[in-house]
Amino acid sequence: MSFVVIDYSKGNLRSVQKGLELAGCEALISQSVAQIRAAEALVLPGVGSFADASNEMTQSGQMQAIRERVRAGVPLLGICLGLQLLFERGNEGLPRGQWAPGLGLLAGSCRRIDSRDTQGKSFKVPHVGWNQVRFTKDSAARALLAPLFSKIEDGSNFYFTHSYQCEPVSGQDVLATVKHAREFACVVRKDHIFGVQFHPEKSSRKGLEVLQNFVGFVKTGATG
Amino acid sequence: MCLCNLAVAMLTKRVIPCLDVTGGRVVKGINFVNLRDAGDPVEMAATYDSEGADEVIFLDITATHEKRQTTITMAARASEELHIPYTVGGGFADINGIRTMIAAGADKVSLNSAAVRDPFLLTTAAGLFGSQAIICAIDAKRVKNAGDRWTVYLNGGRIDTGLDAVAWAAEAARRGAGEILLTSMDRDGSKDGFDVALTRAVARTVDIPVIASGGVGCLEHFAEGIVDGEADAVLAASVFHFGELSIREVKEYLAASNIAVRLD
Repeated sequence: MSFVVIDYSKGNLRSVQKGLELAGCEALISQSVAQIRAAEALVLPGVGSFADASNEMTQSGQMQAIRERVRAGVPLLGICLGLQLLFERGNEGLPRGQWAPGLGLLAGSCRRIDSRDTQGKSFKVPHVGWNQVRFTKDSAARALLAPLFSKIEDGSNFYFTHSYQCEPVSGQDVLATVKHAREFACVVRKDHIFGVQFHPEKSSRKGLEVLQNFVGFVKTGATG
Repeated sequence: MCLCNLAVAMLTKRVIPCLDVTGGRVVKGINFVNLRDAGDPVEMAATYDSEGADEVIFLDITATHEKRQTTITMAARASEELHIPYTVGGGFADINGIRTMIAAGADKVSLNSAAVRDPFLLTTAAGLFGSQAIICAIDAKRVKNAGDRWTVYLNGGRIDTGLDAVAWAAEAARRGAGEILLTSMDRDGSKDGFDVALTRAVARTVDIPVIASGGVGCLEHFAEGIVDGEADAVLAASVFHFGELSIREVKEYLAASNIAVRLD
């Protein structure tokens, strides 16, 4: 048994794999449904667009395998587009009004991020660079965030590169936000399902700590 | 949700060390001649990562020749040993070269001459890999006795295309480039500071991030590029390369100048 980094796009996932290896676990990059089914924990990385990923994962049978394993209790970490794919649907890469299905493990949709703030000031999209991750204030959210952000301070900088964001139905799933033109969810969790909009594998030391914390969560029996 | 303490939240200004590379080794030119060899680029970049560099650019200065394979190997090694984003620039001729470098692990590629020769390459590359992965690098030189006018140079400053640098930056952005890496050929290697007027002219014209490059000699120059040049990121090579300044020193100086940078 090992961690499986799901390769749905044939992109370069070596840095994610390396980050997990540095956290002391065996990590396999794989497209194989059989290997996904055998995994101790799953990591869904972020490469490409929502519609392409949705289509590829459905065709390959990965979508169904991930849903089944996660519902059976296997921990999952979604990174960037991988976070977005945790939700019910997304419209990136599709004509207006059309949606592609996500994993549906969390309730909500994914859409383009706002380029104007409440005063109408314009912001650059894609949102690329280091930005501050702000923890949700209430204590229940803090407790849910703790396994992933152990020893990481509120307001720490992480590396983002994306044009789309999730819109969770339930505020309870949102553990941290980031602000570009508007504030939006950047860390989500429901039970043993985690998602981060930033790239931990590109966020230097703190990013590696997040990956290490996820590995720790899995190894300690996912009780946190 | 309380927004009061989010007022300061924003994308930080980036400090980017640049490593000139040939045959898998780091070099640095003084005005593009007399190159000095100084080590392994991936090892050096990992040191910059640990010092707080926000990203790293590897510039393949002999990329058009047979040494290209060593650069691809280097990019693949970097994806294992670096935990920050990195760009490979130089020597791209077509979409296949870009694809190969991104498949090797580069987060972004930087296109210079290839984009000038075939602007459609920017459009195609941005469509395939996303704007965030495509930097348009511009080497600009001030036109003598013409006020604030700059033209685009190719081949390390040897060929004047006559193309207006600000207009070219605007076209690159329109075609889907995600960032402009703007080097002043007048200042490169001079240690006299960025050409702030050039940086500002481009930053005010395009709505994508501008990386100021060429001429940094001291701490104040970094702040000038951001405050006066209105750049989103500042790039330097030799001051870091030869240990005159450390990344951390620069970031602490910028933070003390009230510029938002990542210090954690």
